[in-house]
Order: sequence, then C-alpha cells, then structure tokens
Amino acid sequence: MGFWLRFNLLVFTIAILSTPVLSDLILSKVDRRIDLTSQIVRITSTLKVENAGSGLVSEVLLAFQSFRLKIWYLMATTNEGKGKTKSAGVSLPVEIANPKGMPPALTVYSVSLSKALGEGDTMSLDVLAVFTHTLKPFPEKITQADIQLVLFQDSAYYLSPYAVKFQSLSIKLPDARIESYTKIENTKIHGSEIKYGPYENLHPFSYSPLVVHFEINQPFAVAQELVREIEVSHWGNVQVTEHYNIVHEGAKSEGEFSRLEYQARPHIRGSSAIRHFVAKLPPRAHSIIIGMKLGIYQHLICGLILKELLIEPRYPMFGGWRTAFIIGYSLPLQDFLFELEGKRFLNISFASPINDLVIDNLVVKVVLPEGSRDLSVSTPFPVKQRQESKISHLDVVGRPVIVLEKADVVPEHNQYFQIHYSFNKLSMLREPFMLISGFFFLFVACIVYVHVDLSISKSSASYLAKLQWDEVRATIQQVESIINQCLATHEKIEASLRDLSRIGDVQACKTTRKTADGLLKEHSKELKPLLAFLQSSPAAANILPKVEELVAKERELQERWMAKHSIIVDCYEKKLGGREIENRVAPQQQKVVALRQEVEDLLEYIDEI
Amino acid sequence: MADPENAKEATTLRYAFGNVLSFFILLLIGVLAFWIRLFSVIKYESVIHEFDPYFNYRVTQFLTKNGIYDFWNWFDDRTWYPLGRVIGGTVYPGLTLTAGTIWWILNSLNIPLSVETVCVFTAPIFSAFASWATYLLTKEVKGAGAGLTAAALLAMVPSYISRSVAGSYDNEAVAIFALIFTFYLYIKTLNTGSLFYATLNALAYFYMVCSWGGYTFIINLIPMHVLLCIVTGRYSSRLYIAYAPLVVLGTLLAALVPVVGFNAVMTSEHFASFLVFIIIHVVAFVYYIKGILSPKMFKVAVTLVVSVGLVVCCAVMAILIALVASSPTKGWSGRSLSLLDPTYASKYIPIIASVSEHQPPTWPSYFMDINVLAFLVPAGIIACFLPLSDASSFVVLYIVTSVYFSGVMVRLMLVLAPAACVMSGIALSESFSVFTRSIKFQLHGLSGSSQVDSGDASSSTVVAQNDAGKAEKTEDTAKERPSKKSKKKEKGIVDKPSLKAKIERRLLVLPFEASIFAILLLVLLGAFYVVHCVWAAAEAYSAPSIVLTSYSHDGGLHVFDDFREAYAWLSHNTEVDDKVASWWDYGYQTTAMANRTVIVDNNTWNNTHIATVGTAMSSPEKAAWEIFNSLDVKYVLVVFGGLVGYPSDDINKFLWMVRIGGGVFPHIKEPDYLRDGQYRIDSQATPTMLNCLMYKLSYYRFVETDGRGFDRVRQTEIGKKNFKLTHFEEVFTTHHWMVRIYKLKPPRNRIRGKTKKPRSQKTSSTTRTKRSAATKRNPWH
Repeated sequence: MGFWLRFNLLVFTIAILSTPVLSDLILSKVDRRIDLTSQIVRITSTLKVENAGSGLVSEVLLAFQSFRLKIWYLMATTNEGKGKTKSAGVSLPVEIANPKGMPPALTVYSVSLSKALGEGDTMSLDVLAVFTHTLKPFPEKITQADIQLVLFQDSAYYLSPYAVKFQSLSIKLPDARIESYTKIENTKIHGSEIKYGPYENLHPFSYSPLVVHFEINQPFAVAQELVREIEVSHWGNVQVTEHYNIVHEGAKSEGEFSRLEYQARPHIRGSSAIRHFVAKLPPRAHSIIIGMKLGIYQHLICGLILKELLIEPRYPMFGGWRTAFIIGYSLPLQDFLFELEGKRFLNISFASPINDLVIDNLVVKVVLPEGSRDLSVSTPFPVKQRQESKISHLDVVGRPVIVLEKADVVPEHNQYFQIHYSFNKLSMLREPFMLISGFFFLFVACIVYVHVDLSISKSSASYLAKLQWDEVRATIQQVESIINQCLATHEKIEASLRDLSRIGDVQACKTTRKTADGLLKEHSKELKPLLAFLQSSPAAANILPKVEELVAKERELQERWMAKHSIIVDCYEKKLGGREIENRVAPQQQKVVALRQEVEDLLEYIDEI
Repeated sequence: MADPENAKEATTLRYAFGNVLSFFILLLIGVLAFWIRLFSVIKYESVIHEFDPYFNYRVTQFLTKNGIYDFWNWFDDRTWYPLGRVIGGTVYPGLTLTAGTIWWILNSLNIPLSVETVCVFTAPIFSAFASWATYLLTKEVKGAGAGLTAAALLAMVPSYISRSVAGSYDNEAVAIFALIFTFYLYIKTLNTGSLFYATLNALAYFYMVCSWGGYTFIINLIPMHVLLCIVTGRYSSRLYIAYAPLVVLGTLLAALVPVVGFNAVMTSEHFASFLVFIIIHVVAFVYYIKGILSPKMFKVAVTLVVSVGLVVCCAVMAILIALVASSPTKGWSGRSLSLLDPTYASKYIPIIASVSEHQPPTWPSYFMDINVLAFLVPAGIIACFLPLSDASSFVVLYIVTSVYFSGVMVRLMLVLAPAACVMSGIALSESFSVFTRSIKFQLHGLSGSSQVDSGDASSSTVVAQNDAGKAEKTEDTAKERPSKKSKKKEKGIVDKPSLKAKIERRLLVLPFEASIFAILLLVLLGAFYVVHCVWAAAEAYSAPSIVLTSYSHDGGLHVFDDFREAYAWLSHNTEVDDKVASWWDYGYQTTAMANRTVIVDNNTWNNTHIATVGTAMSSPEKAAWEIFNSLDVKYVLVVFGGLVGYPSDDINKFLWMVRIGGGVFPHIKEPDYLRDGQYRIDSQATPTMLNCLMYKLSYYRFVETDGRGFDRVRQTEIGKKNFKLTHFEEVFTTHHWMVRIYKLKPPRNRIRGKTKKPRSQKTSSTTRTKRSAATKRNPWH
C-alpha cells in the first residue's frame, strides 16, 4: 500500500510538472460527496465550470485513476444557469477520451456540453460516478468471529486536468467503527462522516493520498453471472426468470465455521455473513417461485410485504462462499407492453430487482412470441446484443430471442429499456388452432382406423375363413335371439295359464294361445333360412350339430307347452278340480322343465363359442 | 322384445356401452393411480426422494446428456474413489432408459420438460400402467368384473404406493408393471396358445430383466407353475407354447443386458427354468409317443426308457451337484440365499443385513401395507378353486410364493401386493356377485309368483338390481367417483342374458337381509381400505426423506432441510475434485446433489472398501485421519440427529460400521464398543466408544448447546462432553445440526512442540464454556 501511494505521488508530481494546461477552463467550486455505506461506492461531484480563456469550449474532461478504480457507471447532468433548483437535470453524453499528454495512470472521460461555454460563462455540472470492487478487505482473511474491515483510497484533492479554486470533500461511512483515516489539514470528523477541506487554489492534477480503514458489515454480494429470461406471452403474461450465481466478495472466511457460535450470537459471530437478499419486485408481480438446483426453497420466503421479497440462502454466506438460485415471477402484460403506431413495444427494467447487488456479467434474454418481426432495441446505455431463437411448447420455427449482454452492472443500471416489434394478432390463434387440429386429426384417424379394413390380403384362406366365421357367428346370434323370443312366447303362455288359474277366463287364454301360435310359426319360418345357411357353410360344421339340437329341443319344448296348454284349457272347459289338473299336467310339466334346462344349457354353450 | 332386429340392436348397444364404460372406469383407475401418488409433490415439492433414486436420476442425466453409447461405456470416477465403478455394466438400465426415452420424446415434440420432472413423474405414470396390467391379468383369470376390482385395489395399495410416489424414482416403479404384464402375457398365452403372445411375453420378460433384479422371481415362479400343471396332469400344447419360447427367447434376451450377461445361464437362480424346460420336453415327447403307440407297446417303452433314463439322470445330477458345490456360495448370490435361508444374511453378510429393507417384516407392517387385502386373500384363494383352471392355479401359486418371500424381506412386500390385489379383486367380485344374485332372487320372490321362473318383466328389474349392486361395488372401490357416474352405469352396464341369470339363480341363495347386510359390510370394508390408502399415501409414504417436516405443538409446520443445505454447501464451496467420506448411505446423494467424489456409496459392491470407511469411523482420531488421508479424503460428512431427535443418524448406524469394519479388519472388535451388550454413548460407554471418530465428530461442541449435552435420540446425556479435535476441523454444520462436515487438517509441522499447544487450547475452551453458560441463551427453541 505504501508503495502504491509513493508511486502515485511520483506519477502525479511528474504529471503536474510536465502536462500543459489543456484548456482555459477553471473549476470555480468543486463539492464532492463519497458514499461508502455499501459495497458500491458512489461519488457525487458538483462542479462549477468557468471558462476563463477565450474561445468556446464544448467539452469538459473528467479524470479518474484507472489502475485502481473500475468505473461501472458514470452520469453527468447539468443545471443550466444559476440559482435554479436541481429539477431540470439534463444528462449529457459521456465518452472515454484519450487526449494526448495525459498521464497513463488516468482514465479520462469527456463530457460534451449541450451548449458551448463562451468566455467568462459558467455552468454547473453534476457528476455521479459509481465504483465497485474498490473497497479492499483488509485483512483479506478473517475468521468467523472477526469483523470485516475494508480500505478505501482516493485523493483528498479533486483530481482534474483543470485548476480548482475551491473544493470540499465529505466521506460518508457506515455507522460503525472507523479504524483509521488519513489526517491532513482541515480534517474534521462528525460521527460517521469525515470532512476534508475546503481547499483553495489547487493546481491541475493536485493529488493528496487519502486512506480510510473502517468496519463495514454490509453484504458484499456479487453476482458473477445473472441470466434474466423475460418471456412475453400475448395471452397476458410476462414471465421473468432470473438465474443468480452469487459470491460473497468480502473478506475471505478462514478457519472453522461453528454453527453453535453463529446461532448463539449471530451478530457477533458472523456479522459479515450474508443472511438474506431483498428483492423489490414490480408492484403486480405474482406466482413467485424461488428455486435452485436441488429443488425449491419452500420455507425460505419469509415475508412478502409490498412485493419485497426476502430470500434466505440455504446457509449464511461468509466471505468467499458461493450460492446459486433462481427467482421466477409473472407480471401482467398490460403493465409492460404497449402499442405505438401499429408496432408493439415492451418496456421493462434491465437489471436485477435485488438491492445492492453488483453484477459482473448480465445477460438479458427477451423471448418474444413466435411470429414477431422487425425487432429493434433501444437501451439507455450501450449493450452488446445478438439474436437467437428458442423452441418451446407448440413452436414450429422457434421464438425470436433478443440477447442483451452487459458486463459490470450496478443498481443504477436498473432502467427501463424498450424492444419494438410487430406482431400479427391472428398468429396468437395459431397455437390453439394447432392443438385443435391435432386432436381433430387424431380422432379422424381413430374413426378411419375403426372403419377401414387393414388386413393385408383379402383373398387369403385365413381371411376368408374369418369372414365366413363372422357370418356364421352373426347367424348363430340370430338363431339365438329367435330361440330366446320363442322362450319368451312360452313364458307368455305360462303367464296366461296362471291368469287362467286365477281368474278362470278361458277365452282370453285361448286368444293368447292363438297369437302365440302365430308368433311361433313366424319364428320357425325365420329359422329355416338361417339353418339352411349354417348347413351350407363349412365354417359352421363344428357348431352345427349343437344348433340343430337346440332347434329340435326348442321345437319339442314348444310342443310340450302346447300340449300342456291344451290339457289345462281342456280341463278348465270340463271344469275339473285343481288336483285333477295337476295330475294330468304333471308329466308334461316335468318334461317342460327338463327341456327348458337343456335348451338353456345349449344356449349358454353356443354363447360361449 | 318382439322384434328380433330391435333385440339384437339393444344387445349390441349394451355391449358397446359396457365396453365404453369399462374403458372409462379403467381410465379413471389410471387417473386415480396417478393422482394418489402426487401427495408428495403437493405436500413437499417436485423433488427426487431418498437414496437410490438420486443415483438413478444422475444416471438418467448422464444418459440424456451423453447418449446411449456413452452410457453403456460409462466409467464413473466420482464414486468408490479410487476404484471407480463401471456404471454401464452394473446397473439395471430399464428405468433410466425408460425415463430417458420419455424425456427424449417430449423434447423432440418441443415440450421442454427437465429431466428431473420426467424422473419424478415416471413412477406414478407406471403405476397407472401397472393397474391396467392388473386388470388384464385378473380378467384373464376370472373375468372383467374381478379385473376392474383388482385394478382399482392395486391403484391404491399402500405397499406399492410406498415405492412409487412421485419422486420415488426407483427400479421397482417400472418393475412392478413389467412383472404384472409378464404374468398377464403368460396367462394370455396359456389361455390362447398363441405364439404371438408367447413372443410378447419374452419381450415383457426382457423389459423386466432390464428393470429389476427381481426378475428371478418370474423365472422361478413360471417354471414352478409349469411343473405344477404337468404334475397335476394338465399338460397341453398351450402350456408348451407358453413356456418353451419364454425360456429360449427370454434367456437370450436376458443375456443381452450387461448386468445379467452370462449369469442368465450360469447362476443357480436360473437352473429351475432349464430343468423344467427339459421336463416339459420329455413330457411332450411322452404324450407324442403315447399318441403313436398302442397302450401295450407304450407300457413296455415306458419301463425301458425309465430305467435307462434314471441312470443317465443320476449321472448328470451328480456332475451338476459337484459343479455347484465347488463354488463357495453354491452358485447363489447372497441376496438370493438370504431369501432361501432367512438367517443367512445376519450370519454371514452384515452388509446385507444392515439394510433395513432387507429385514423380515413385522405383523403391523402387513396391515399397514396391504390392509384389508390380507383378510380378503383367503377368500380369493377359495374363489380360485371354484373351478380351478390353469390361470387360477397360477395366481394361487403366485400368492403363496410371494407371501413366503415377503415374510423374508420387507422389500418383497412389493411383490406380494399385486398378488394380494388380484386375489382380493377376485374375492370381492365373486362375493358381490353372490350377494347381488341372492338379492335378485329374493326380490323376484317377493314380487309375486312362487311357482315357476318368471318372464321378461321381472328379469329387467333383476338386471337393474344387478347393476345397482355393481354400481355400489365400483363406488366403494373408487370412492371419489361422483354418483352421477353410477347412474350412468345403471343404464349402461351390459345385462347378461337373462337366461344366464336364471340359471345362476338356482345356485347358492342367501337370505335377503343377510346379503344386504353383507354387501353393506363389504362396502364398509372397501371404504375403510380407501381411507387407509389415502391416509398412507398422504401421511406415511409421501415424505421425500431429504426434507423432513414436523408439526410443532401450536400446529405450525417446521421444515428440516438440512441435507440439501449441506449438499448445496459442498457443491458451491468446495473444490470440484475434493473427496468426501461418509457412511455409504449418503454416497448416492453426495454424488448426485453435491457432485463430489465419494469413497463408498449405496451400491455396496466392495465390502472391503466399506469396511475401510467403517474402520476409520470407529477408530480413534489419529488412526482415522491416517486412513482418510491415505484415501485422499478432504471432507468427512456425518449425520447427527441428537439435537432435533432425528433417529436414523450415524450413531444409530454405528453398530454396522463396527461390525462391517470388524469383519475385514480384525483389530476392530465389537465387544470394545459394547457395554452390557449394548451400544451406549452415555457415561456408561466404553472408552473405545467415547474416543472413536464417529462419536467425536457427532458430539463435537454439542455440550455447549444446552450445557449438559442431552441427546434426544438416545435420550441420555452424552458420556464425554468437552473435547477438542486435533486432526479435523469443523467447516460446516447445518441449521439443525443434522449434517456436520469436517475437514481434514493438513499434517502438522513437526517442529511445533506438542507440549504447549493442548494446554492453551484447554484453557480457552473452558473460558468459552463459562461464557456461554453465563449468557445462557438457547437459540434452538
């Protein structure tokens, strides 16, 4: 560290001696505020620029030390005129400039002014620079019980290619112990704020090293890679899935991790550990899931108040420990998708919703519905972009995906960006239509399959035999049904006999007999051609005897019934007693029962074939 | 009824309705089988369960990523370090290939499901298939009614649910389907004598061989049945067609599976099938000769052949016995031997005995796993004997053998479950038909004529009754079906020809009230079964075992997610090539979830290696450090349940570490760890026990949690309370202390004097305990 400081001093002395004054600008007042309360260092400088020379000046140069600080976000706004409130901030374009004669240790950015400064004009300029990875843990390795101390280095003087008339600096630190800080003239400390200055009339490239060594227990969460996938569905949903890969980049943990001590005194033994992340989701987010490779974090959603999501990793994260997880949520489409001149545009935030997270490498993938055309992207800052396609449910050619990549992202990058595209509303109906037609064709295929004979050869013996067998079976079924009907008729006769015994209406019984006779005759007529067919067909050879037997038995049964019927009717007409009738009928009755049994057995046998 | 055309139409319509109806019932049974297994996903999450499924999941991941050829040649160097394991040749690939194929089909249809999702839902899908296969099997045995009942019973039998809940991605999940389907095809071939089904049967058997080691059950049961048929004089050409192609094709196909290979012809498990194969040929030949020769000639031929044959047989048997006897295990694998002799494993192979699912079951576990089926099975067996056919004798044989096997190993309860379902389905269906028939008859008797059988008019009411009975039955087996369905059923169900009903009516008639009462009782029994099954599916068997939950006394749910916490920590915060030592139970999970190399895992193929780890765990710290260091181990993982009362932790498994370690390394003597024949960790414990690594890693700084070191699993205070670790350091302990990970300290510099260090450590430790006693805050309540 000491070496560094000395080296810097050397460089800047040389620089001061050798570099010519670049232009005639003078910074009449510089007010610098450094915010060190989190891992992200924000330096806000208010510059009052005065053109002391002649001629117009249209750009202002800003210098930063390049070897130590990595600038991740730089924004300059200007307030035209004096005395105005800061409401009318206009951001100015900032570019890296490499003017000659600058010391190599500096990176110079140039701010192009919207209006060139004339002679003697002044303007004020607000510069916000955001740095990360600038707080160096010291010591670099700590145990679980130690507190995390970090070093911050900068210059007490405002480092500028221009002369500075008046400058002041205030450093805001977290409410914790301050181990040490550089004391030079005009140094004051108020609680957690250190003030340097005011210093007056400084030369260009004035430099005075400044080191603050202090305790910070804020999480140093750095997402080494974050892939955000934003999937737009025109059915009313925007699905956001974010894959985090996070490492704690504070002081590395060494030695034992004792759960006992962590649980007993979590704020002392593990003060630098990351316990949870807080994500601020858009107001109407729903269906939130948090997951990881090994399954869902079911119990880790602690509170979901005002869409602030508290995510606890599976274990407290000490310095150097890593974890990975996924956040997914759905957003209503109408909040993010708008229509403009026939084209649609998606307006959605760029970076992660997690507070105070530094992202080393951010990939935003926007998946648009299949059939989107004329894609164009507008982002508030330069990003790398490319296009790919993704095939998902019911896709044919794939959905267009716009991939935006940006390294080094800080919360300040969490701005809205727009994707313009055109999309035909009718193509929304394509997928349901595909489903419907798919099922339709499936059913049609089923119907066709059932109705079409797919056997290969129509003339082969087995096929013909099968056809014949089918016919035989059909005929046998017909025979069976006729026999059944005959049996039903028998039953009718029986019923009529029963009626006779109850009421004694001989006439009614006779009419029933007549109709039954007619029916039975019809049946026997119907049976004839069927039997003839069976006799003629060779396939029925096996079953024919049984069928014939059945028919014969049925005929016999029929005769018996008739005999029984006539006997009973006779008896009634002769007005014989009940006992007499029974005696006469008894032999017939026995035969009937036996025959009936046989017929039924035969029917069943044939049925089984 | 007068018009024949009309009548015919009506019957065909009824048949069609019947078919459609049973199709829908089957569909609903499948849906039921699928949904009842989703409790685990709903109550917990869509995650792979337990131990072995993690390995299967990892293999499936490899398969989907690298393709089938790399899968066959996969040499896994992340396990059994430094030996490695040839995965392609040592796994039953059926399950992984099935899931991989499903995943591949889905992805080629642009349905981007993850491999994990496919794996989680494979088991429920295959249980739906299994219930359909049960329908087919039972239908072949006793008709469609019994088939539907059996399918509904199988869809929710707890024993099968325990192995096939969503996430339980284990071989059994697909194997039970394959088992039932193979049996179905066997019976189908036996009934039809069709060579087509015989070929399908061999293919189904091949799938079974691919999926599970339990295929030996098939290849022994079917020969037994064939032998039974031959002995009872039921030999027929159908039997020959059912058996011979199965043996020839099946054995050829089985030998194609790398894990089986030549075992299909070399091990004793398969000998029965070949023996019966020879016998059936002999019998077939004899029947043929009998057909050719006259009875007298035949008698002469028999005496001649038998006398010559006996001599030859004796010679062959002698050679065979000599061959088999020359091998130490008599040609039987250890697991199979423990099936034949239940005491074998506990006597000779501690590693088989140490697995809880290889223990014999207890009586309550029968009731838990098959519930009322246990009482219905005898009735089913009786029903199978009225009349006894080839098919029903097979089912009887199946249930008898599986009852025996389930009595030997808890795990084989799974084989018993389908048999019990088939039997109970037959019993329920038969008893319902008896009761409804009685009711039909009685109703008819009440309605009027007592003389002779009635005509059509009453037969239709009888049919309605019959339908009502059936509706009731289906309602009780599948409760959630709405009553609307049953109404529809009444319309639709095919009424058997009225004649048939009439014949049956003359048989077996029970009193009207008694049969109504009996039906009510059966419905109640079925309802009880359904309630039990749903309870078992929801409460008993849905826990994924890597996530534990408990209800606190105020009703709040507390989740113990310590295993995944530890594995996540390992996977994110250690080097990729670090080796992690743990007892073998956690090997599969560590490789799958943490992606770290392990020393031993659940595929317990190398007893010596496991014994080495067991020895290290039961040695004092320094010796253990040396063993682990020689194995290049960097982290040691122990599971400790003493803080929250998780009973299956490493201390409770410790006796197996000692036993298995002592079996190979004689300097570990089990009596050294025992006091009064018991493993104790309280103040009565032996010094060897209190100084062994497992004790130390489990209870390191445990006493500081509550001041006295009360172990909630063992319900005692621990014996040795304050001690330091010299060769290990704690690097991670999970939230509930269930998993503790230690790192091996690098070998110490020799120059550093030993005398100073321990003293200073001791003083610091005592001050620390004092301080903790002073603050007296217990953060775990």
